[in-house]
Amino acid sequence: MFKQIEGSRAVAETVALCRPEVICAYPITPQTHIVEALGEMVKSGDLAGCEFVNVESEFGALSVAIGASAAGARTYTATASQGLLFMAEAVYNASGLGLPIVMTIGNRAIGAPINIWNDHSDSMSMRDAGWIQLFAETNQEAADLHIQAFRLAEELSCPVMVCMDGFILTHAYDRIDLATQEQVDGWLPPYEPQQVLDPANPVSIGAMVGPDAFSEVRYLAHHKQLRALERIPVLSREFHEAFGRDSGGLLRSYRTEGAETVVVALGSVNGTIQEAVDELRADGVPIGSISICSYRPFPLEEVQKALANAKRIVVLEKSLAVGLGGMLATDVQMAIAARPRRVYTVIAGLGGRAITKTSLVELFLKARRDALESVTFLDLNWDAITRELARETAVRRSGPIAENILKDLGELSSKIA
Amino acid sequence: MPFEQIKFYQTGTFTVGNRLLDLSDRTVQADITRSNALNSGHRACRGCGEALGARYAVDAAMRAANKNLIAVNATGCLEVFSTPYPETSWQVAWMHSLFGNASAVAAGVAAAMKAKGRKEVRVIAQGGDGGTADIGMGCLSGMFERNDDVLYICYDNEAYMNTGVQRSGTTPAAARTATTPSVGPEPGNTFGQGKSLPLIAMAHGIPYVATASVANLHDLEFKVEKATAIRGARYIHVHVPCPLGWGSEPQDTIKVARAAVESGLFPLFEAEFGDVTARTPIRHPQPVENYLKLQKRFAHLFRPVRDEVRLTAIQSIADRNIQRFGLFQEVAQ
Amino acid sequence: MQIRIHGRGGQGVVSAAEMLSIAAFLEGRFAQAFPSFGSERMGAPVMAFCRIDDQPIRSREPVMHPDALIIQDPTLLHQNSLFDGLDESGYVLINSTRDLKELGIESAVKDLPPGHVRTVPATELAIRYVGRPLPNGTLLGGFAAMTGVLKLESVVAAIRSKFPGKIGESNVAAAEAAYELVAKRDTREEVHV
Repeated sequence: MFKQIEGSRAVAETVALCRPEVICAYPITPQTHIVEALGEMVKSGDLAGCEFVNVESEFGALSVAIGASAAGARTYTATASQGLLFMAEAVYNASGLGLPIVMTIGNRAIGAPINIWNDHSDSMSMRDAGWIQLFAETNQEAADLHIQAFRLAEELSCPVMVCMDGFILTHAYDRIDLATQEQVDGWLPPYEPQQVLDPANPVSIGAMVGPDAFSEVRYLAHHKQLRALERIPVLSREFHEAFGRDSGGLLRSYRTEGAETVVVALGSVNGTIQEAVDELRADGVPIGSISICSYRPFPLEEVQKALANAKRIVVLEKSLAVGLGGMLATDVQMAIAARPRRVYTVIAGLGGRAITKTSLVELFLKARRDALESVTFLDLNWDAITRELARETAVRRSGPIAENILKDLGELSSKIA
Repeated sequence: MPFEQIKFYQTGTFTVGNRLLDLSDRTVQADITRSNALNSGHRACRGCGEALGARYAVDAAMRAANKNLIAVNATGCLEVFSTPYPETSWQVAWMHSLFGNASAVAAGVAAAMKAKGRKEVRVIAQGGDGGTADIGMGCLSGMFERNDDVLYICYDNEAYMNTGVQRSGTTPAAARTATTPSVGPEPGNTFGQGKSLPLIAMAHGIPYVATASVANLHDLEFKVEKATAIRGARYIHVHVPCPLGWGSEPQDTIKVARAAVESGLFPLFEAEFGDVTARTPIRHPQPVENYLKLQKRFAHLFRPVRDEVRLTAIQSIADRNIQRFGLFQEVAQ
Repeated sequence: MQIRIHGRGGQGVVSAAEMLSIAAFLEGRFAQAFPSFGSERMGAPVMAFCRIDDQPIRSREPVMHPDALIIQDPTLLHQNSLFDGLDESGYVLINSTRDLKELGIESAVKDLPPGHVRTVPATELAIRYVGRPLPNGTLLGGFAAMTGVLKLESVVAAIRSKFPGKIGESNVAAAEAAYELVAKRDTREEVHV
C-alpha cells in the first residue's frame, strides 16, 4: 500500500509487520523517530506480543537484545554513531554468539568533533565485527531490507545491520509501498532458534574458548558470511516474487554497459550519482555506476564482474581511513586485484556535507581525464585548511581546531550546503 | 502458616541437614533431588566462597522456580571457573555475555519470556562485585529503574579476583589489593571510598533487597527462595570470602564470613521498596580485629606495628553498621 | 519541481515541506521532502526542501536550484543567500503584511516574471483562523494559487492528513483564505489585508 511518509516511519511500520517480540531502544539522533514510532505501536496495542524496553544506554540496548535473542525472541534495536561505538563490545558479542538480532543504523558521523549529520563512519567502524551489513539506497529499500534482514539473520544465526543514511533517508518523506501483514507473514516464518535458553533443555551459552578451538569457531563465523553471499541474492529474488519490488541483493549496476569510467558507492548518494551519470551520458560520456547493497559480506566476485570492462573506477565514499584514504576503496581494490586498474578514491559527504550533482559531474569529468589524485577530498575548503595549518605552525597554543575553523568560516546558519 | 527460620545454633551443629525438620524446611542441599545446578568438577580454588554461595543460591532458586530458571552470568571468577572450555558445570539454562551487562542481558531474557507468555520461567543474573558495582553499574541501575523481572545475585569478594586481585568499588578500607598495595603512608585501600550496593538497590525502591553470607547458608537459601517468589527487580548481595585474594586459609572461609557478620562489618538484612524490614541480630559480637587478623590483606594493620588509627576507624565502620541497622536489637516476631 | 522553504525553528517549516509532498502524492505524483537538519532549537533559521516529479526522484542533495521559494519568516530576508539558485522564472511567496519595497527585496526579485512574487499575511490569517501564529499550512494555500502546481483540494487533504480534527480544519480555512487572496490579484505587487 502506497503512503507518503517519513523514511523512519516506513521502517518502523515494516519492522512491526515482522512481528518482533522484543524491541529495546536508547535515543540517538537520527534514529529516534524509528524507535518512538515502534514504542507507540507497542504501547497502544497495535503491535501485540512485543515487549518494548527503554534502556539506559546503547550498551544496555544491545545487551537486552542479546538476552532476548538468546531466549528465543525475535529482537530488534536501532542506533547510530556514538551509540554504536558505546555498544561495540556487545556488537562483537552478538555476532560471536551467533544471535540473529536485526539493528538499524541511521548512519551518522562519529565525533570528535561531535556531528549529528550523515556519513558512514559508524557502520564502517564495525565492518569486521561479523555482522552482515546491508546498505539501503532509498527509503523504499530501507523498509524492504528489514524484512529480508530478519529472514537472513535467522537462517544463518548471524546478526544483521541495515544501514540507512541519517537525515537524508531517515528524515525524508518519500512515496513508499508498504507491505501488508499477510505478505510479510507469508514470507517471514516465525523464529526457529539454532540455540536457545530453555529450562527444559538447558545449555550453556557463552563459554570461554581457548587457543585449541578459537580459530575454528572464528572460521565458522567467516563461513557464515560466505554463505550469506549466496543467500542474499536468492532472498532478494524471492522477495521480488512475493512483493513485486526490487530490493537488496549484493549490488546493482547502472548504465555500466560500455562504461569506461565506473563509480562505486554505498547508500543514498547513488541516487545523485545516477542523475550525474544520466547528464554525462547525454553528452556521450561512457560512464556508469554501481550501488553496493551488501557491504558485509563484501561481494568480491560480483564487484569484479561488474567492473570487468571499466578502465577506471571512482570510489565515492562517506568514510575516511585516516592517514590512508578510503575504506570502501580498499575493498574494491581487493576485488579487482587479479586485474588492477586505476581506482580513484573520493572522500565526500563527511559529517553531512551535501554531495551535489554539479560537483559530481565535474569530478567524473576530471576522473575521465585521469586528472584526479589517487585520494581526493571532494569540495574541501582549502583556504580554511591552509589558514589553520599556518596558525598551528605560528604558535603552539593555537586552540581547538574545530573552533578555529568554524570562526574562520563565519556564520553557517544561512548556508545551504 | 508463617515460615519460621530455624537457626543452626539452636541445634548446636553446623550440619547442612537436620533430620528433625521437614524436607521443605531443610537446606536445599540436603535434598537428594536437588538440581545440582552448579555441578562438581568446576575449577574454583579450594575454599572458594563464591562457588559455595552460588551452589546454594542457584539450587534454591531452582527449587523455588520449579526448575523453570534461566541464569545469566557476568564475566568473572564464577563464569570462568564454571565453564572451562570444553566443559560446563552448569546443569541449568545458562548464558554468559559480557562483563558489565549481565543485568541487561537478563532483562532481555525476562522480556522475551514475557513476550512469549511464559510466566513460569524466572530469570536470575549473577555477577561479582566488579561486574556489578563498577562496570555493571549503568546496566544494573537501568534494570532496577525499570523494575525488570530479574533477581540479581552479586557475589562480593571485594576485588577483581579473576584478573589478579585488583581493587573494586566494594573493596573495604585498608584492604591490600594489587592496585592498593600496602606500602607508603596510607597502605591498602583508601578510607572514605567505596559504595554500598544494597543501599543503592534500596534507593531504587525495588521490591526486594537482601544481604546474605556464606556464614549462614540456610539464610541465603531462604532469601533466594523468598526473592524468587516475588515479581519485579530483586537484589541479593552475598558476602563470599576469597582465600586467595584475602589471604585467608581455605578451610576458614565460613569462619571468616561469620567474623565479618558478627563484627558488624557485613550486616545481614532485608529491605522492601527501600525500607529495611528485617535484620539478623548479632548474637556473639566480635571486635573487627578478630575478622581482620584472619586475612593477610589486612596484615599491615598489625605488623610491624599495630595501626591503632586505622583499626579504630574500621571498628567505627562496624559500629555504625550496628547502629544503623539495629543489629543488637531483638528481631521482631 | 523544486521548492525551498525558509523559516525559523518552531514555525512548522518541515511540516510545510511534508504537506507539499503529501499533496503531490495525493495527485498521484512522486514527491520528496526533507529538512536541512540540525539539533532541535526554537528560533534558529531552518530550511526544508520539496521535490515533485512525475518520475521517481533519485536526487538526494539539498535543493540548490529552487523553482519556488516560500519564506515563512521575513526577518530572514536580510540573508542574501536566501535567493541563491532561484530559477529565472521562479516563484517567491513571502509571509508578510509589507510590500516588496518595504521588505527591501525589490531589486532581488526584479527579473522574475509578473505574478511570480507575492506576499501573503499568513501569520495574521493563521491567528484569525487557527488562533496561533503558525503560518505553514496557510502559506501552502497561497502557494497553490500562485504556482498552480498543486490543486487547492490536494493541499487541503494534505493538511487534514497531517493535522486531524479541529486544528486541521482551522488550518484548511486559513489556507483557503490565503488561496483566495493570492488568486484574485495578479499584479506583481503584494497583497494587503
